[in-house]
Amino acid sequence: MKELSLNILDITENSIKAQATLVEILIEETEQVLTLMIKDDGCGMDYDTVNKVTDPFYTTRTTRKVGFGVPFLKLAAEQTGGGIEIQSCRQNENSAEHGTVIKAVFMKNHIDFVPLGDICSTVITLIQGSCEIDFVFDHKLPTGEVTIDTRQLRQVLGDVPLSSFEVITWIKEYLAEQYENVK
Amino acid sequence: MKSLAELAAIREKMKDKVVLREGTNDIRIVVGMATCGIAAGARPVLNAFVEQVNSQGLSGKVTVTQTGCIGVCQYEPVVEVFQSDKEKVTYVKMTPEKVGRVIEEHIKNGKVVAEYTINNYKA
Repeated sequence: MKELSLNILDITENSIKAQATLVEILIEETEQVLTLMIKDDGCGMDYDTVNKVTDPFYTTRTTRKVGFGVPFLKLAAEQTGGGIEIQSCRQNENSAEHGTVIKAVFMKNHIDFVPLGDICSTVITLIQGSCEIDFVFDHKLPTGEVTIDTRQLRQVLGDVPLSSFEVITWIKEYLAEQYENVK
Repeated sequence: MKSLAELAAIREKMKDKVVLREGTNDIRIVVGMATCGIAAGARPVLNAFVEQVNSQGLSGKVTVTQTGCIGVCQYEPVVEVFQSDKEKVTYVKMTPEKVGRVIEEHIKNGKVVAEYTINNYKA
C-alpha cells in the first residue's frame, strides 16, 4: 500500500463486513510514534480466527485463496520496528460487548515508515460506501486534534443520508479545515 | 469555519429531493474496493466517479457504490456498470483520468468505452 490511509480503509472494510454499527478510527501521533486503533462492535472473531488473520493464506472471501488486508498492515507496522495487536470478542460469547480492536504501532522516524497520506479520502470513502454505519474518526497530533463523529451529523441531518454528495462534500471540507488548523 | 448549521441547511434543501431519488436510479456504477482494488488505486477512482456523477447532475439516474473483490485482481481497479436490460460492462485498470471518458461517452451517451473494458485486455 502506498499510504497508511489505504491500509486503514482496507482494514475498516473488515469491520463493515463484520456488521459493525459503530467503527472508531483513532490515531495518536507523537514526534516519534504513530498509534492506530480501529475498533468495531461487529460480530467478532474466535481465538483461532484471530490467530489466523495475520496469515496471508487465510481469507473469508471466496473469489481468491489469499487475504492480504491484515498481513499488509502487520508488515507496514513491523517494518518500522512496531507491530500489531488484535483483540476480539464474539457476539455469541458476549452479547453486550462484542467486536474487534486492532491496534498498530509505527515508528515514524524509521526509513520504512509509510506516510499516512490522504486520510480524509479514506474517511469520506468509508462514509460514502456504508452510510448506515456510524464512524468516529479522531486524529491526535502534537499540534492539535482532528475529529468527526457521524452520530452527531446524523442528529442534524435527520433522514438525509450521510452518503449524499452535499454531505460528503461538507465532511471533506470540515476535515480539511481542521487539518489546516493543526498544520 | 464549517458548522453544523450548514448541515441543517443541506437537510432543508434535500427534503424534496430524497423522495424523488428513490427508484429512479437506473445506472449502477460499482467499484471494487477489496485489498486488491485499494492497493491498485481504487479510492481515487471511486471518488472521481462520485464527484463527476454529482457535478454533472447525474445523481438522479446514477448511483455509485462499492463492493468487495470482483475476482480479477490482476486487472484492478475494476469498475462494473450495471444498467437495466443491458449487459454488464466491466472496466479494468481504471484511473481517475479515465473516469471522465466513461462518464461522458458511456453514462451520458450510452456508448461503451471499449478500449477500457476487460474484453480489450483479455483479447
